[in-house]
Amino acid sequence: MTQLTVENLHKRYGDFEVLKGVSLSAEAGDVISIIGSSGSGKSTFLRCINFLEQPDAGRISVVGEEIRLVPGRDGHLEVADAKQLQRLRTRLAMVFQHFNLWAHMTVLQNVVEAPVHVLGLSRREARERAMGYLEKVGIAQCRDSYPAHLSGGQQQRVAIARALAMEPAVLLFDEPTSALDPELVGEVLKVMQGLADEGRTMVVVTHEMGFAREVSSKVMFLHQGLAEEYGPPAEVFDNTRSERLRQFLSGNLK
Amino acid sequence: MIEWSVFTEGWPHYAAGLWLTLQLTFLSLAAGLLLAIPLAVLRTSPRRALSVPVWAYTYFFRGTPMLVQLLLVYYGLGQFEWIQSRWAEGNAFWLIFREPFGCALVTFALNTGAYTTEIIAGALRTMPHGEIEAAQACGMTRFTMLRRILLPGALRRALPAYSNEVIFMLHGTAITSTVTLVDLTGAARNAYSQHFAPFEAFIFAGLIYLCITFALVGLFRLAEQRWLAHLQPRKPGHAAA
Repeated sequence: MTQLTVENLHKRYGDFEVLKGVSLSAEAGDVISIIGSSGSGKSTFLRCINFLEQPDAGRISVVGEEIRLVPGRDGHLEVADAKQLQRLRTRLAMVFQHFNLWAHMTVLQNVVEAPVHVLGLSRREARERAMGYLEKVGIAQCRDSYPAHLSGGQQQRVAIARALAMEPAVLLFDEPTSALDPELVGEVLKVMQGLADEGRTMVVVTHEMGFAREVSSKVMFLHQGLAEEYGPPAEVFDNTRSERLRQFLSGNLK
Repeated sequence: MIEWSVFTEGWPHYAAGLWLTLQLTFLSLAAGLLLAIPLAVLRTSPRRALSVPVWAYTYFFRGTPMLVQLLLVYYGLGQFEWIQSRWAEGNAFWLIFREPFGCALVTFALNTGAYTTEIIAGALRTMPHGEIEAAQACGMTRFTMLRRILLPGALRRALPAYSNEVIFMLHGTAITSTVTLVDLTGAARNAYSQHFAPFEAFIFAGLIYLCITFALVGLFRLAEQRWLAHLQPRKPGHAAA
């Protein structure tokens, strides 16, 4: 079953075309890593998938349901039905570079919040679910702490638990380890590897080449708004056709 | 020599004045806060048709002295024949403005409402954008986001600034004595004219204001410990694993 299809996505900021027609398709259990140098449009691409940014052209389907779009006044596409977008966003959970936990809520409250107030679960049900995922990411003992009192790695694991508690079809990760101190990167990658092993569908924008190579089922190399390479990691990394990617990798794997 | 009779004989008048001061302070603060929360949301709206009228309201009430506002309502409104005929009809809403208490309460509520609107609007504007994106990304409606994320975060961060506003209002109610009401300041004035002991009369009132102010500061400190714990440094011995 195809969980997520993105077709021919375009996005421009003024005269600058960030994305020049990027497509992606994730089957259940796929882990797709998106790599590329900064400015290649990889974060923008991910943010367009759940409409944190408005794409200019393209089609997006989540579990077979296409997001209905209409042209807006400023040339961007706009969502035709806000209710539909809200419903489909619950199927696409996002993990951000800067965690973006709700600062005034404890760890447990952060994870319980959307299941109760968006999905409509009972408090007891949501709490049980939240504790399950907090244990899975190894942070249940901090459930009553506030985000500001945790390390970056702990905050990111809470953010992953918050995303998992929505039980989404696809997990979107936007550079989840880029804001972390080097010694904290490992704990987050380990959690993500565990999720991949469980067969969860993930789209991961990352600079961690080890993760992209070892864990992904597909790797996309974005360069100047286009997917220069897109395929299984063995093919992309060991059989590199694009000169750009070769340069990028040699810069990255020093 | 200190004229002790000001206190020993006059305290029931001071107590009655204090009761009026407290009523005016807390009723106007409550009404002002209820008014300010929705207005602050409109004030931060990107739609100018919504934000500009609120801006005009807060601009007027923050731009003129509260004493002028009170005199305008108490003396000014009765000048209009339209309002006089509402009074003649016994219209319950407009009759509020025939009583000095009603005039003072409405003026103070609108005044503190204007300041509080700006305090909360400021806190709403400083909401970290990432927290809003996280709420959008999990499919929250605008209203849920406002109710669960934006306002709870903003109202907490507004607490320290709001505590100042509360103290200003307590002190600001001293002007009610200009519209025939006998609040704590009015009681002090009466005591002064009765005993001809101005220092004793006013220092007694001043000390009572001081005590209430201290109590309010203490209450806000407790409230901040309770609701701003997420911004405080981590307590020792509470280290997370």
